[in-house]
Amino acid sequence: MTEKLVIIGAGMASGRVIEHLLEAAPDAYDITLFNAEPRGNYNRIMLSPVLSGEKTYAEIVTHSDEWYAANGVQTRFGQKITAIDRAAKTVTSDTGEVVAYDKLVFGTGSNPFIIPLPGHDLDGVIAYRDLEDTERMMGMQAGNKVVVIGGGLLGLEAAAGMAARGAEVTVVHIMGHLMERQLDEAAGYLLKKSLEAKGITVRLQANSKEIAGADGKVRALVLDDGTELPCDLLVMAVGIRPNTALAAASGLAVGKGIHVDDQMLTSDENIYAVGECVEHNGALFGLVAPLYDQAKVLAQSLLGQEAAFVQKSLSTKLKVTGCDLFSAGDFAESKTREDIVFRDPARGVYKRLVLEDNKLVGAVMYGDTADGNWFFGLIKDGTDVAEMRETLIFGPAYQGGAAADPLSAVAALPREAEICGCNGICKGTIVDAITGGATDLPSLRATTKASASCGTCTGLVEQLLAVTLGDDYAAPQAQPMCACTDHTHEDVRRLIKAKELKSQPAVWQELGWKTPNGCHSCRPAVNFYLLADWPVEYQDDPQSRFVNERKHANIQKDGTFSVVPRMWGGLTNPRELRAIADAAEKYDAKTVKVTGGQRIDLLGIKGEDLPAIWADLNKAGLVSGHAYSKGLRTVKTCVGTDHCRFGTQDSTGLGVKLEQTLWGSWTPHKVKLAVSGCPRNCAEATCKDVGIVCVDSGYQIGVGGAAGMDLKETQRLADVATEEEAMELTVAFIQLYREHAKYLDRPYKWLAKVGLDWVRERIVDNADVRRALVERFELSQTIYRKDPWAEHAKEKAKDYQPLADLTLEAAE
Amino acid sequence: MSWIDIGALDDIPLRGARVVKTPLGCVALFRTDEAEVYAISNRCPHKGGPLSDGIVHGKKVTCPLHNWVFSLETGEAQGADEGRVDTYTVRVEEGRLLMNAIALGKRSAA
Ligand code: SRM
Ligand SMILES: Cc1cc2nc3c(=O)[nH]c(=O)nc-3n(C[C@H](O)[C@H](O)[C@H](O)COP(=O)(O)OP(=O)(O)OC[C@H]3O[C@@H](n4cnc5c(N)ncnc54)[C@H](O)[C@@H]3O)c2cc1C
Ligand code: SF4
Ligand code: FES
Repeated sequence: MTEKLVIIGAGMASGRVIEHLLEAAPDAYDITLFNAEPRGNYNRIMLSPVLSGEKTYAEIVTHSDEWYAANGVQTRFGQKITAIDRAAKTVTSDTGEVVAYDKLVFGTGSNPFIIPLPGHDLDGVIAYRDLEDTERMMGMQAGNKVVVIGGGLLGLEAAAGMAARGAEVTVVHIMGHLMERQLDEAAGYLLKKSLEAKGITVRLQANSKEIAGADGKVRALVLDDGTELPCDLLVMAVGIRPNTALAAASGLAVGKGIHVDDQMLTSDENIYAVGECVEHNGALFGLVAPLYDQAKVLAQSLLGQEAAFVQKSLSTKLKVTGCDLFSAGDFAESKTREDIVFRDPARGVYKRLVLEDNKLVGAVMYGDTADGNWFFGLIKDGTDVAEMRETLIFGPAYQGGAAADPLSAVAALPREAEICGCNGICKGTIVDAITGGATDLPSLRATTKASASCGTCTGLVEQLLAVTLGDDYAAPQAQPMCACTDHTHEDVRRLIKAKELKSQPAVWQELGWKTPNGCHSCRPAVNFYLLADWPVEYQDDPQSRFVNERKHANIQKDGTFSVVPRMWGGLTNPRELRAIADAAEKYDAKTVKVTGGQRIDLLGIKGEDLPAIWADLNKAGLVSGHAYSKGLRTVKTCVGTDHCRFGTQDSTGLGVKLEQTLWGSWTPHKVKLAVSGCPRNCAEATCKDVGIVCVDSGYQIGVGGAAGMDLKETQRLADVATEEEAMELTVAFIQLYREHAKYLDRPYKWLAKVGLDWVRERIVDNADVRRALVERFELSQTIYRKDPWAEHAKEKAKDYQPLADLTLEAAE
Repeated sequence: MSWIDIGALDDIPLRGARVVKTPLGCVALFRTDEAEVYAISNRCPHKGGPLSDGIVHGKKVTCPLHNWVFSLETGEAQGADEGRVDTYTVRVEEGRLLMNAIALGKRSAA
């Protein structure tokens, strides 16, 4: 006897069900197919190639009207089911048609999620789900501006499709990297780079606040930092929600999706569900592979055969031409895992495998995904890879393959990349000189001047010799930064500038880091180099800082902290002293000490109390003394002309001005200054990083002093007549040090490498260079000259508290 | 096991840490990836350094006091240093962090 089967939704899952049924038992059911969309089954995932113009809609239709007719499927397209009578076993559509069923199948898919931002109902705000959305986007072309919210698979395909039509597209993504569910940071970085090369603007960590409109139509997206992104169309691709409303209204068991068992049966023995609308064992689905498995199981269940749906690992690809990525399995959320990383900066290739118990559990790759399916097979089969472990990452063809080439970052540099900053020499000039016969360092220096001044680019120049001459040249082994990389500090600094690397993932990828995200030794250095070179573009990363700089206090041997407020130039007053005394009592400081830097240290403060003590000190006008930072520490002064009978200039005043200009800036190592009012030098200026001694005729500026592990007397940089000149020279010196020195080199160590003459040439002899340095310092200070204590007390106070306190309840 | 909700995943910055106070002492939760969190005792076996204040790299943390490095997976000190900290299981579900109440020294989760 032929039974009546009614299917709600002509989607990718239900389409497969019909195919399997017709193939196995064409006469088992009379099928009636309802679809809310005014059309039958088409290949929804191919909407993206339709959008970009690579395919037409006709090419992605999977079942034509003739096909349905030939196979006896009754179709009701453009008709939505609005009610189900489970007792009577009938469905009712929005046209009023009532159809009886013996078995009913839900294939209602899912609804795109629309963030309920103010303005979300304006005309021109759409999702990306069906042909109508696609056609709307196909109307965008040169001259149109589009904003896409969501940097996941769908959002990026939408963005690339419209960009291919000439529209100006901006993708706004809330997370720190694109496709964060499928990709790690390094692959996300490469993907962003490829999209940017297509003219798409990508804004990460961007929070949408509202959608602005004019005359009922979308006009711009407004971010929470106030930025307005004008647009003619706004596409939201921020996720999907299973379409369960009808099932819930019919009284079926529904959680996030329609509950089904392994046979795809719902809580009603005559009703099944398949596709994105279901929830199976707590899981939801958003890719077609598992839906096809479900479709097969459902067809067998409908035919009374035994079958069970099993969830499997999934793999993802992005259908954007030129963005070759692959992601499979998962690379998070479990113990005892290990990473294998391979990067080829020259080819823009990144591969990461995640192993657990000698089995592959996850794989991410970008740039070269040829082996993706092979890895996916290893994941699905749970193959023991212990034997191939060493060479696994090179794929099946390549067992015993080559290791990453430390020279590939240099090989990948464009010809116009500047190698020698002192003399402005680019890679192309050097390579030409090498091929022209300058095959060693001395002759290269003679012909091009590269590495002939401060010498910090010598490593790179030698690598260029090696890359250009091949085996004929053996570059001397330089000391790499750490085990994560083959590059020296100097090379990393130079390459960050030459390749314009502006994020940590960019550095890791383009310079071939061997670990996923560095270590405690290289990360603070890379973080500093990036913020020193790109103060505006790069955002400081607190997680790449030693605890003292992350928590803006010095950690003590017992895990408590010390708090040292700034006393500008060593000056204080009764109000500040009272506030310090009150804070010392209130927060139970174990010791109160006068430091060697002319200020007061409160020791033994509990980490949890830091935001509160800072807020109290802030009220009296006291700010962070940065006693913990690789940055400006103190400017010691003496009493100078205000009081001293020998004082020649206002040493106290100059010290305060210098401290107010320089405070908050980050430097390769700590920086200490002093200004003494006369050559008796009571402020000990001759052993400071910059020490100024006032004399009758003006100011003697010394640099490169120290009195810690090494005792160094300052060297005279210049004598100047005015306070303004003294300030300008000091700032220029510190900026030059910030831009060039190796992380953790005090100025005296850096000076020993580049030489005082090299410094003088730039900041004493050349007014243009000096002023440019001061300008760059000021630009950076617009961001960093602020009190971190005030900011943390206000915005980050909760980070200093425990996440949870389970001792309280336990005591009850 | 009885799982208790400790807080939100996003309360821990990526490659950062937060502390949970328990009857057995402080436990440090480290977020090593978007949805990957490990928990170990907060006390360094060397001289008691607060491990939650260390730099997180890969699936390891470096103690802020004298740079011992610990595996967050096994709790073992790495390299030449010898020592071990207790590890605890954390589950990440829908952006929430769940831990086993009994392992944390709580009698019941109610
Ligand atoms: C508090 C203070 C000692 C005091 O009670 O006076 C101090 C305390 C520390 N100094 Fe210092 N130094 C202090 C003035 C000095 C001075 C004197 C000065 O600045 O006039 C020097 C020698 C001058 C110099 O730096 O050239 C000094 C040379 C050092 C050094 C060696 C630096 C070097 O390049 O050789 C270190 C180690 C380092 O920085 O790597 C260091 C490191 C430290 C650290 C941060 C060690 C650490 O990493 O934990 C100490 C923190 C103690 C704590 O728990 O709070 N401290 N330290 C002084 C704070 C000054 C301030 O107000 O900020
Ligand atoms: C642009 C785009 C690109 C994609 N790319 C990929 C990819 O590359 N790889 C991949 O694996 N997946 C991809 N997907 C996801 C994939 O398309 C979905 O997982 C799949 O289409 C879901 O199939 P389904 O049958 O569950 O639902 P759908 O295909 O959505 O079908 C459900 C149908 O039910 C209809 N319906 C709903 N309620 C009713 C009702 N009450 N009455 C009548 N009809 C109703 C709807 O109108 C709809 O036509 C992509 C999705 C989109 C939108
Ligand atoms: S000299 Fe400085 S670093 Fe050494 S114990 Fe004293 S404060 Fe600490
Ligand atoms: S206390 Fe941790 S390394 Fe010393």
